[in-house]
Amino acid sequence: MALQPTHELHRRRLGRNVGVAGLLLAFVALVFALTVVKIQRGEPIQGFDHTAEQPRVGPAALPTNSSPNSHPGPEATP
Amino acid sequence: MSNTGSYERSANDPGEGSFGDYVQLLKPRVMSLVVFTAMVGLLVAPVHLHPVEAFSAILFIALGAGASGALNMWWDADIDAVMRRTQGRPVPTGRIAPGEALGLGLALSGLSVLMLGLSTNWLAAGLLAFTIFFYAVIYTMWLKRWTPQNIVIGGAAGAFPPMIGWVAATGSVGLEAVLMFALIFMWTPPHFWALALFINSDYSKAKVPMLTVTHGKKSTRAHIIIYTLLLIPVPLWAAMTSIGGPISLVTALVLNAIFLAGAVMIWRRDETMAEADGYRVEKRFFAFSILYLFLHFGAFLAEAALRPYGLGGW
Repeated sequence: MALQPTHELHRRRLGRNVGVAGLLLAFVALVFALTVVKIQRGEPIQGFDHTAEQPRVGPAALPTNSSPNSHPGPEATP
Repeated sequence: MSNTGSYERSANDPGEGSFGDYVQLLKPRVMSLVVFTAMVGLLVAPVHLHPVEAFSAILFIALGAGASGALNMWWDADIDAVMRRTQGRPVPTGRIAPGEALGLGLALSGLSVLMLGLSTNWLAAGLLAFTIFFYAVIYTMWLKRWTPQNIVIGGAAGAFPPMIGWVAATGSVGLEAVLMFALIFMWTPPHFWALALFINSDYSKAKVPMLTVTHGKKSTRAHIIIYTLLLIPVPLWAAMTSIGGPISLVTALVLNAIFLAGAVMIWRRDETMAEADGYRVEKRFFAFSILYLFLHFGAFLAEAALRPYGLGGW
């Protein structure tokens, strides 16, 4: 059975391809949104852990009477 | 193939299913229950995810359920072709080739587990992977064709989604998650056995050892009331925990009373009575069982929604 260009099969394929394209676009959008959320909060990757990791502050970060040129130590990230 | 090249294909060739056929492969009606129970499990948890993470978690739990549905349809194509209820599915009708169903099921399984792990945490992803394995391998390939206890044990697969939702939010399994699991697990046998009572001939034709086929309908009626009695304490206990409250307690009391009354009516009937009225009581019990589960989870959700206003919970 030779198929004409307008055969029902072509419409079915078009519908399937449009559906797959829509799903792929939605997936890309979701991954992008997830990435933005994860990065904005600066969290570890696990969603349940809502407590940002405490920055490791060394003794050098404490206020002292030493030289003003001394290294202030690592700063906390937001 | 003939000299007309690639156009020489029939519209009914395997692999030429429509987009809707592939959606059917994922059992959308089962997915809707999974979406609802997983959403409740996630929203009643004491830890709240970002809306994007929560949406992603529910989506990929549902996709995992759909993947296991595709694997089930691939393996059970021979049974589905015999049973009237399932013979219109995409694989037995030839709209989708068995290999395609297998490929889609495996691909979506991997994708859903990976994405749930990245969206939330790996314990939730591990539970989802186990659920897919349990449904596709333990239930579909083994229990379903081997033992009349198939849906008792296999019911665990349908019971995991609210627990996965809870774990996605909290990162651990709590008592409340176990009780939500237990509610669906204990609800499954009376729900499916009521269905089996009025579609028994389908299971007989397909040689599926449902309780109605192996032990007869009288024994199935007795099993329904036993499992209903075992089910009743579960929602009452859940109503007393942190996910419960007055709404859940009243809901559990009322629904359990109606459910038990239905189970007693089924137990007291015989086949002559059932055939005389076209299994009216069994069909009503089956329909009410769906409402029973929906309203219980709806009550947990209502407690969580009202809690910020000082109304829900204890």
